[in-house]
Amino acid sequence: MQAFTRLTATACPLPLSGIDTDQLIPARFMSRARADGYGGHLLYDLRFRDDGTPIEDFPLNHPERAGARILVARRSFGTGSSREAAVYALVDYGVRCVVAPSFGDIFAANAVNNGLLPSRVEESDGERLLRLLATGITQITIDLENCQIHAEDTVMPFVIDPVWRTKLLNGWDDIDLTMSRLPEIRAFAAEDATRRPWAQPRAIHDTPSVSTNGPQPV
Amino acid sequence: MGSEAPRTLFDKVWDAHTVLSREDGQSLLWIDRHFVHEGSHHAFGQIAARGAGVARPDRTFGVADHYVPTRGRDTAIANEAVRRMVARLDDNTRAHGIRLFGLRDPRQGIVHVVGPEQGLTLPGLTIVCGDSHTSTHGAFGAIAFGIGASDVAHVLMTQTLWQRRPKRMLVHVDGRAGPGVAAKDIALSIVARIGADGAQGHAIEYAGSAIRALSMEGRMTLCNLSVECGARCGMVAPDATTLAFVRGRPGTPDGDILARAEMAWHALPSDADAAFDQVVTLDATQIAPVVTWGTNPEDAVSITARLPDPAAIADAGRAAHVRDALAYMGLAPGQSVTDIRVDRVFIGSCTNSRIEDLRAAAAVLAGRVACVPGLVSPGSSLVKRQAEQEGLDRIFTAAGLEWAESGCSMCVGMNGDVVAPGERCASTTNRNFKGRQGPGARTHLMSPAMAAAACVTGHLTDARALLEGRW
Repeated sequence: MQAFTRLTATACPLPLSGIDTDQLIPARFMSRARADGYGGHLLYDLRFRDDGTPIEDFPLNHPERAGARILVARRSFGTGSSREAAVYALVDYGVRCVVAPSFGDIFAANAVNNGLLPSRVEESDGERLLRLLATGITQITIDLENCQIHAEDTVMPFVIDPVWRTKLLNGWDDIDLTMSRLPEIRAFAAEDATRRPWAQPRAIHDTPSVSTNGPQPV
Repeated sequence: MGSEAPRTLFDKVWDAHTVLSREDGQSLLWIDRHFVHEGSHHAFGQIAARGAGVARPDRTFGVADHYVPTRGRDTAIANEAVRRMVARLDDNTRAHGIRLFGLRDPRQGIVHVVGPEQGLTLPGLTIVCGDSHTSTHGAFGAIAFGIGASDVAHVLMTQTLWQRRPKRMLVHVDGRAGPGVAAKDIALSIVARIGADGAQGHAIEYAGSAIRALSMEGRMTLCNLSVECGARCGMVAPDATTLAFVRGRPGTPDGDILARAEMAWHALPSDADAAFDQVVTLDATQIAPVVTWGTNPEDAVSITARLPDPAAIADAGRAAHVRDALAYMGLAPGQSVTDIRVDRVFIGSCTNSRIEDLRAAAAVLAGRVACVPGLVSPGSSLVKRQAEQEGLDRIFTAAGLEWAESGCSMCVGMNGDVVAPGERCASTTNRNFKGRQGPGARTHLMSPAMAAAACVTGHLTDARALLEGRW
């Protein structure tokens, strides 16, 4: 995974709250293979009309925001469906960082697993950044080492779980780390099988049992 | 006894699953159940790319639900992309020795209905699935949450997951909900109260007399919507209602093992003096049937209310959201909720498609005629069969609704069951996001009885008036 330390790039304001994962990648595009790329479908229904022509006044379609690698949005970014394709759409489009006052939990975890920084700011700082971008600024800097955002002369802090910060700074993913703990996992599983034998699912037979023992008809 | 610090239900389950904890606050959690569906193809692709296998196929279960057709199952799936998604789940589960409840299995249904129905969902377990509404299974006193594809791949390969222990929130609902007020109304009232991100970073425990009074179906509806206020998961402590539901199901243990399980489950409820990071209280006697008017589940109001006016909202961000949501929904500030006309009705989804939900909708529809089209998709093929044994299907079809097969269907629109652009749907589902039920679709969330009432009158309607003398 690509490491993230410091990024100076075009930022695009999206002054909306609740940009959920259904909007980030509409369900109808989700049967694609990963290799086919998801960037073209990012925020599709906000970016394009029914006939596929771009909606000119949507910020991502403004010429001065072309190639944006940073998005700045209002609260509840990435809430909703756990679809990791929402992150694929952002990453494939070129986005490396989203700044917002709050993120959906699952989205944020998915983002970090794909090298995308969910940068959480105070709501007042988020509004300040949106106002600055509205004046026409395009380039801002995200400094993950110091958890700071620089926009012209303004510096504001952001927060991220320190473990996620370390993962992003180093470009690590979890699996190699977990594999190094396999002996502990095996020991836990063996002990647990004795301690909680009831947690092992019973074999379910091929002939289904009709009984759902729920309430009977009245 | 007495020397241990008091613990919440959540902490007891969490502690029992902690393989190891790191100084930085990360815990490696053991996962008891892992459900996969058609949308899990990215994760299977990731493990294939690593040349890895599935660590515990005996703890992994496949369910075909997101893409399955709800009509015409006796013929091949016409849509090529949908057919490929369903076939890919068949292939991946077969290749890894995972038990699949596939398209043609008589137990097929929505994963969050099938798991509990088959006794795979039990108190005290950790349960994950690549679907945010996995929170549903918390109704049994399990820690259950949705994960993305990379984490699905991690669980497939290791049967574990790295997590940071969330904070704990107690949502206490006391009092007796009035007739015609359902678990959905309680759940949407909670989401409206604490907001779409109000429980972010928290595990919710629902408690209080109104929660204890809910059936397992009602508790599943409640926990299902936990994710709509940003919670990592939602839980209800197991009790006699829980045990009565789980006993005798195919995957539930029996004999001595069940006796041991029940002893363990009795110790799960939060200790009396356990501390929570946040406490929210609601009075169930004050809850009326609720509908959503906007584009987020937090945009929920009583059926007796009027729509908000952005001009009267001081918070700039909230005012902008209300303005944008009203425009998308084609509604006016201050409009009466009951004046909103609907074009169609959908009864189904992992939120409200269980037998009790279908009975509630049928109680409103019996002997009445729908004035807009309606689709009913039961939560599982077994729910469908039970509803047919009870004659509910005939009530729906006599009223003019379509009685279909089980799946995620019009909640997420992946199988082609969509609401047309600009159309307004009264829906028992979980998300009223823009375009969720199809591009340009306008969704109003509500309980099954309320959706049935809207179907009868053609506009959002207080179901209590139509239920008088029927309950």
